[in-house]
Amino acid sequence: MYDLSCASITKKFGMFTAVSDVSLDIPSGSFFSILGPSGCGKTTLMRMIAGFESPTSGDIRIKGQSVVNVAPNKRAVKMVFQHLALFPMMNVGENIAYGLRCRGDAKADIPRKVARVLERVGLPGVENKQISQLSGGQKQRIAIARCMVLEPDVLLLDEPLGALDLKLREHMKIELKQLQHQFETTFLYITHDQSEALVMSDAVAVMNAGRFEQIGSPRELYDAPVSGFVAGFVGDSNCLHGKLVEVRGQEAVVELDGGGTVLGHVFDASRAGDAVEVFLRPEALAIGSGSDSIRLDGTVDSLLFNGASSRILVRTERGQLIEIADPLAASTVSQGDAVALSWRPERARIFARRHA
Amino acid sequence: MTGRDAGRLSLILLMTPFALWIGLLILLPQIGIGYVSLREKVGFNQYEYGFANYAAFFGEPIYRNTLLRTAWISILVTILALIIGFPVAYYIAKVARQRSRAALFLMCLIPLWVSDLVRAYGWIVLLRETGVISTTLVSLGVIAQPVEMLYNDITVVMGLVYTVILFMIVPLVSTLQGMDDALLEAGYNLGGSRFTVFRRIVVPYAMPGIVSGCIITFMLAAGSYLTPILLGGKNSSWFTEQIYNQFITRYNWEAGATFGVLLLGFTSFVVWAGLRLTGQSLATTVAKE
Repeated sequence: MYDLSCASITKKFGMFTAVSDVSLDIPSGSFFSILGPSGCGKTTLMRMIAGFESPTSGDIRIKGQSVVNVAPNKRAVKMVFQHLALFPMMNVGENIAYGLRCRGDAKADIPRKVARVLERVGLPGVENKQISQLSGGQKQRIAIARCMVLEPDVLLLDEPLGALDLKLREHMKIELKQLQHQFETTFLYITHDQSEALVMSDAVAVMNAGRFEQIGSPRELYDAPVSGFVAGFVGDSNCLHGKLVEVRGQEAVVELDGGGTVLGHVFDASRAGDAVEVFLRPEALAIGSGSDSIRLDGTVDSLLFNGASSRILVRTERGQLIEIADPLAASTVSQGDAVALSWRPERARIFARRHA
Repeated sequence: MTGRDAGRLSLILLMTPFALWIGLLILLPQIGIGYVSLREKVGFNQYEYGFANYAAFFGEPIYRNTLLRTAWISILVTILALIIGFPVAYYIAKVARQRSRAALFLMCLIPLWVSDLVRAYGWIVLLRETGVISTTLVSLGVIAQPVEMLYNDITVVMGLVYTVILFMIVPLVSTLQGMDDALLEAGYNLGGSRFTVFRRIVVPYAMPGIVSGCIITFMLAAGSYLTPILLGGKNSSWFTEQIYNQFITRYNWEAGATFGVLLLGFTSFVVWAGLRLTGQSLATTVAKE
């Protein structure tokens, strides 16, 4: 049984198709993310699940029951809004009690339930504080508590970490994951930040221009992207433009725009003669020459120190900047050195060129 | 130190017009009125001081009743302005599209370009016995005789609501515009019905606008002169008319000043009582997060 499933959802606004034939099934108790650039339709999809928009066609089922004709205030789907939307005229306790009172819970039970959910999010005893007295991270937790106290089937989260500063965001990522474990509720998380999606999710759907490009575990998306969009959007990648000249099984030779050939593997239906992109992860590249077709020559442009995510920036002969991972920051090269880069052919992924 | 002096100088320069306005046009006349109200003329250029004028007011039922009537009708006007103005303000602030919003707001402002007097005459043209509505109804055969629709309480209330409603709509629009739509959606999402969302989210959020709008409209209605006199005629029994009569017709400045002080005191009391009854304070009109 899936907690939430969408079957061929399409949403059109006039001539514009915001969401096009999207299907997804989210198993109970999992953390599912929808990852995509802004304007890809992910917020529209979420608003349809919450009931604020109705799909042009397709069906949305929660625990197997179609909810397309159910009003938003009758759905067992609660939502954490982008700017949280805590009610400023109520204190913390009233904010959390609001949903319980709407549901018609017995008056005597409400304070106990509020106290318990506050304890579960790690903020016991803050009932009488005003919303303005809370820090960003605390507001986040109150927004989640306000939904979780109603024990929803699915919790929707619409980029709730966007407004936080970087340090807190890193911290909240881990905390959200822990909260999800603790509540054992299905979370549907929407974000444009791939690191949020990769770190927290059991499964991620990558969305682009109203469609799902790929659904899979974070590792699958990272290691086995099915399209150039996913390869470019998930994780860091160096992208080389070129033309496919020869395909031998999976292995293929690409003639780069501006000269030179490289060897890689084709992962889609591209054929000889097609315009393609070659994606190379920074950690797939090593300094030191390989054989003829798996090398790029260039000079070290700069060394970017960032602890374990340090990078070496190499400018190729054609002027493109390539990032190489240098996790130990232990490389002996220095600025201006001539270097050759090499990789294993299966780690250079070739996809048809995206239409920019 | 010069920076601080400059700051002080600019503060003084900024506050001077305000202080002059409050001092010369509000405080000084009020003190003068208060002083005159305590004075009683006993002979040529002979005055005694005391509360005799106030005693005279309370001793004469017509004065008391006029003041109470003025307050009641003003409260009614305020409530009606709120009931009619709130949906209008909500539509302008939340429902209308960005582009039509400005146009709608402007349409609310247009009546203000015409003076009170002209607008009151507009009502007279419509409502009098030989006016547009009456003659149209007669020619359509709906009524047999021309009807006088002026000079009754309903007309006065209608005219006052029409005059003051803008001052209700403007503060409501500006508070409602500050409300994030996500608050409404969160209200529904957490299980609230339309009514619950309205009562527990929209109204509390709009409360500063409601309070300031109600105070302005009540004060304007209670202190208005033209509309009740022109639309209500002799039947209007509006308290400002009593003040006018004392000052101008009877040349009894002492009694007129007494009435002025009483009007100010009574309307202030009504506002205070209204705030107390609804659990609000003046601070809510400004305090907003």
